[in-house]
Amino acid sequence: MAERLHRFRGGLELPGMKEAATASPIRVMPPPKRIVLPLSQHIGEPAKPRVAPGERVLRGQMVAAAEGIISAAIHASTSGTVVAIEDHLVPHPSGLAAPCIIIDADGRDEAIEPVPLSDWENRDAGEIRERVRDAGIVGLGGAAFPSWIKLSGNRDQPLDTLILNGAECEPCISCDDMLMRERADEVISGARIMLRALHARHCLVAVEDNKPEAAEALQAALAKFADPRIELVIVPSRYPQGGERQLIETLTGREVPHDGLPLDIGIVCHNVATAAAVHRAVVHGEPLTSRIVTVTGGGVAEPCNVEARIGTRMSELIAFCGGYRGDVARLIMGGPMMGFTLRSDDAPVIKASNCLLAGTAEEFAPRRETLPCIRCGACADACPASLLPQMLYWHTRARDFERVQEYDLFDCIECGSCDLVCPSQIPLVSHFRYAKTEIWGKNEERAKADNARRRHEARQARLEREAREQEEKRRRKLEALEKMKSGDAKKAEIAAALERAQKRKEERS
Amino acid sequence: MVSVKAGAHHYLLPLTGFVMLTAILAMTLLALVFGALLGYAATKFRVEDDPVVERIVAILPQTQCAQCGYPGCRPYAEAIAKGEADINQCPPGGEAGIRALAELLDREPKPLSAEHGVEKPKLLAVIDEQTCIGCTLCIQACPVDAIVGAAKQMHTVIEAECTGCELCVAPCPVNCIDMVEVPVTVRNWKWPEPEKWLSPMKDAANG
Repeated sequence: MAERLHRFRGGLELPGMKEAATASPIRVMPPPKRIVLPLSQHIGEPAKPRVAPGERVLRGQMVAAAEGIISAAIHASTSGTVVAIEDHLVPHPSGLAAPCIIIDADGRDEAIEPVPLSDWENRDAGEIRERVRDAGIVGLGGAAFPSWIKLSGNRDQPLDTLILNGAECEPCISCDDMLMRERADEVISGARIMLRALHARHCLVAVEDNKPEAAEALQAALAKFADPRIELVIVPSRYPQGGERQLIETLTGREVPHDGLPLDIGIVCHNVATAAAVHRAVVHGEPLTSRIVTVTGGGVAEPCNVEARIGTRMSELIAFCGGYRGDVARLIMGGPMMGFTLRSDDAPVIKASNCLLAGTAEEFAPRRETLPCIRCGACADACPASLLPQMLYWHTRARDFERVQEYDLFDCIECGSCDLVCPSQIPLVSHFRYAKTEIWGKNEERAKADNARRRHEARQARLEREAREQEEKRRRKLEALEKMKSGDAKKAEIAAALERAQKRKEERS
Repeated sequence: MVSVKAGAHHYLLPLTGFVMLTAILAMTLLALVFGALLGYAATKFRVEDDPVVERIVAILPQTQCAQCGYPGCRPYAEAIAKGEADINQCPPGGEAGIRALAELLDREPKPLSAEHGVEKPKLLAVIDEQTCIGCTLCIQACPVDAIVGAAKQMHTVIEAECTGCELCVAPCPVNCIDMVEVPVTVRNWKWPEPEKWLSPMKDAANG
């Protein structure tokens, strides 16, 4: 197996920092009193509410439907009453509020009647995809892209390989590790369902070599299912091994074209937790209403992995893990490399919440002062996407957003490797994130301006046409009047003669 | 081809005159053919629109607010192209717009002309539907048809289409139109430019 592994460019060896949360098994958290379900938990359009305040809902009931193709449905994660559909703080780097469905739990946790697709092995790929779509499943690795779209394969090119990503390379995060250790059967079963949906030839389950327990559990599950199409591959622990493009390169030695998708080279990549969710949706008929979250960091009393209902507020999640400990400086959703700071622990767990990191002031020492770039090139050596971070940085500083794009800013996966190696402490990824949102904003503005120009031109054209029509009408009326007059010529002559006669009469008298 | 051998060139001399003549004729002919071709191409592929005007239009924000003193963005673009208007008369385009125009036209950027207005954050017209009497005056004033309604019926602004030009505000007889700032949501929020940003791992790894 090992002889066919390749090595991706750049990357770093990072400390794992996963011991604390993997010491104890996954703890299942009971549903909280209040559930907050943001309508936008995924990439794409926000879901559209299908319930009204006051309505009673059951666990697993769809409360918001997918809007458009790239969107995902949202399901109530416990039974209770919808109390409001309003703005609530969401886990987002902006720290802003966004529309959410708020449910007060009734404590009974009643679920809708599950409808398993138990004979999926005989079902059509389309039916499986539909089920995955209706279950609201999105990529649980953190990107939250609607999964059913990535189960559609490609008409032009037969799909070769399904990769299940269990690398989990980012420090502190261990939710996939624990899932694979304890629920390996679900992962492998999910892989088989995905293989059917994709018509793929085989499946590689990739696990980093720092997770021997997970690998062992998967091996046991593989032996149980005895499916020759699925194979476990141990990959070296190297950050960001779990990046889609990096993992594909490690496993196949092939690079995904920079403006393309893995699909273009016959590969589709899903997270192991997504596979487990697909298993649950298909075999048990359960939509996605919970996920495993790693709660860790020096600021939490009992670091562990929790299976929490989607919509559980972070404050309650922390309380379930024994509450805060010591001086908590920052609360981060995601890992220390790619996560973002939460403004408050009132934000809910969403489908993308893989980790909640409560860091103490000690762990998060204030960043030392940023020094000028010395062009050492360390960032370029570390970049796993073969970019030139220093050039991106220079052009971002100059706000030359066209040049930044020429240097392929949008290939940056924001892994933070450049940031970490920079001897001048330059927060490179923060600059790149700034540049990306600026460019998106500018593009949107431009599109809006073009739209306004078209509407204005259409209006001008309409006004001109109306004026022309008015003129035409007036002209026609005048003509008709003329005609009427000329038609009345005889009458006019008689009138004139009468007038003349009258005049003469007057003269005589 | 004429090869001139030593000692034999005396009787070939008249031929060189002939060759010269052929060459001159050939060149003339070529010049005429290419000239005709270019002339034909110039008429056949004539660009009707002034490309400079189009490029200026592409820079202007298309608010159609007429603050520049022209009845819309295109007339202003045409005036700039003719040299009748300056490049600093567009408040919605702001400094960035002036810089872009200066670069396109190879001129020095200058500050926004104060008599034409000041740069403001992006605005949005909102009609107070309780107060609206349905007079249609704002509908007629809107340069991008972003207001819907009918006579004696409530009017409303299509948020996505409003350019924030403020032209609907003055005609309203009951002052029911407010200009509000476009709200920041998670969908249009932008990362701030970093000054001193915290990177958690940096110190964990180094220390």
